[in-house]
Amino acid sequence: MSNIGNQQVLDAMRQSFDADVLSASEPYGLLTIEVNPSRIIEVLEFLNKHQELQLNFLTDLCAVHYPDDAGREIAVVYHLHSMVHNIRVRLKAYLPIDKPEIASATAIYSAANWMERETYDFYGVKFLNHPDLRRILNMDSMDYFPLRKEYALEDETRNDKDDRFFGR
Amino acid sequence: MSELNIRNGGQLVSSETIDGEIAILNLGPTHPATHGVFQNVLKVDGERILEAEPTIGYIHRAFEKLAERRPYNQITPITDRLNYCSSPINNMGWHMTVEKLAGIEVSKRVDYMRVIIMELARIADHLVCNSVIGVDTGALTGFTYMFQERERIYEMFEAVCGARLTTNIGRIGGFERDFTDDFKHKLNDFLKTFPKRFDEFDSLITRNRIFMDRVIKAGPITAERALNYGFTGPNLRATGVDYDVRVMNPYSSYQDFDFIIPVGKDGDTYDRFMVRQHEIRESLSIIRQALDNMPAGKHYTEVPDYYLPPKDEVYKSMEALIYHFKIVMGETPIPAGEVYHAVEGGNGELGYYLISDGGRTPYRLHFRRPCFIYYQAYPEMIKGSLLSDAVLTMSSMNVIAGELDA
Repeated sequence: MSNIGNQQVLDAMRQSFDADVLSASEPYGLLTIEVNPSRIIEVLEFLNKHQELQLNFLTDLCAVHYPDDAGREIAVVYHLHSMVHNIRVRLKAYLPIDKPEIASATAIYSAANWMERETYDFYGVKFLNHPDLRRILNMDSMDYFPLRKEYALEDETRNDKDDRFFGR
Repeated sequence: MSELNIRNGGQLVSSETIDGEIAILNLGPTHPATHGVFQNVLKVDGERILEAEPTIGYIHRAFEKLAERRPYNQITPITDRLNYCSSPINNMGWHMTVEKLAGIEVSKRVDYMRVIIMELARIADHLVCNSVIGVDTGALTGFTYMFQERERIYEMFEAVCGARLTTNIGRIGGFERDFTDDFKHKLNDFLKTFPKRFDEFDSLITRNRIFMDRVIKAGPITAERALNYGFTGPNLRATGVDYDVRVMNPYSSYQDFDFIIPVGKDGDTYDRFMVRQHEIRESLSIIRQALDNMPAGKHYTEVPDYYLPPKDEVYKSMEALIYHFKIVMGETPIPAGEVYHAVEGGNGELGYYLISDGGRTPYRLHFRRPCFIYYQAYPEMIKGSLLSDAVLTMSSMNVIAGELDA
């Protein structure tokens, strides 16, 4: 097998993007890199075209909502996979909730089309230059983004499932 | 009058003039040929498809939102309803995700038991898909025989967990009960008689002239496009890429087993069919190996914080009662963290991206649903083909509405 691992990926990223690699960690062995959202397309392009790393398979794209993290409420998460070296990389870009805009990856990955539509549908992330950014699973007339945390799933007067009652 | 160029994987096959009488045809949302609730608005000139516009979401049930209010053990039944043709794989994928997050190492016996159940589910999944390709080409006979075999697999699931389609099989840490004698008897019987009946199905369809003429070169896709579209599973392997999660990121002791990954060449309907046919045989071989080398031990791992204690102990012992109560109330010690775990589902890489903040429910759970990702290539694959080929392409892609819409 090859000797390319997480460290090589991180080194290559740091070398090319320097200060735009905001942080890096390895939860459960999966290299997670936070990048500057304004450069996400360059990063994806770089990893995709990189001769050695060949991180050219977009496994997954989704978003997470952190309502308490002011200025970086929405995290857009990309999972990339290099089938040649069998390494996975997770990229994160944090966006402010009042302007959740990030460039679309559809020009690099056709697979990103529906994944971005799904992310828009549930979190309201606007993917710039997306060819057809419409809702995909919910109906078009819906006027909110249901997976955001302010939409509680259950009746908020119910408290039998509250963490406070379990000592947390 | 205008020109229509018909391409096969980027290569120009033929050009024909279209006479300008373009019709709009609704294929779905409910149509026997779509095998599920999703719609395709087709722009057709006679039988020739010019454009397709898929609409999905008809059975969206907000699983990701639901999961954010459910304790970990209550999410298993949600996963049943993703790819309901092979629910056990989804269930165990979820159990393994939670085990990975909580750092639980299950015993070899549990691994092997899981492999047996998962491979049975894979066989059932592939049998449905392949026999339905037969139906869509007009060969109903194979379908009726193979559904009898699928029925036997469901009877085995019933013997293990009591349920058939949406199984909710297994628990975090192992199985709710050991394989019963009834199950072992049914499994041995299946391993003895199924290969022969499967051979009959094979000889009925695979080299059938009519079938081959219908499916060869129908709905092809190149390896480059398939990878760009995020294809995984048999659909990707049919294009010649030997990517299989079981081999690349072995889980549940798959590294102990000796099996091959069949690959195709052209990525057309016939290759997708053939890849599944071979995978069924490989799955049988894996099940045999797992049975022969089944380690001794218990059907669960000693993780009392996660694994429900046996019912009779709950009635008699204080500790068991406490653990039972804590687990049922969702009070399991889950560390904060994020984890991605993938299993090779019936139709591709089924991934769970789980973020926990240490609370009783996931903070975020995202399902990487293989057919949601590869179904978006469908318009590209059927452009310029005949309507009847489009139906075949769809059934050979194994798009399962439950997984598509989550």
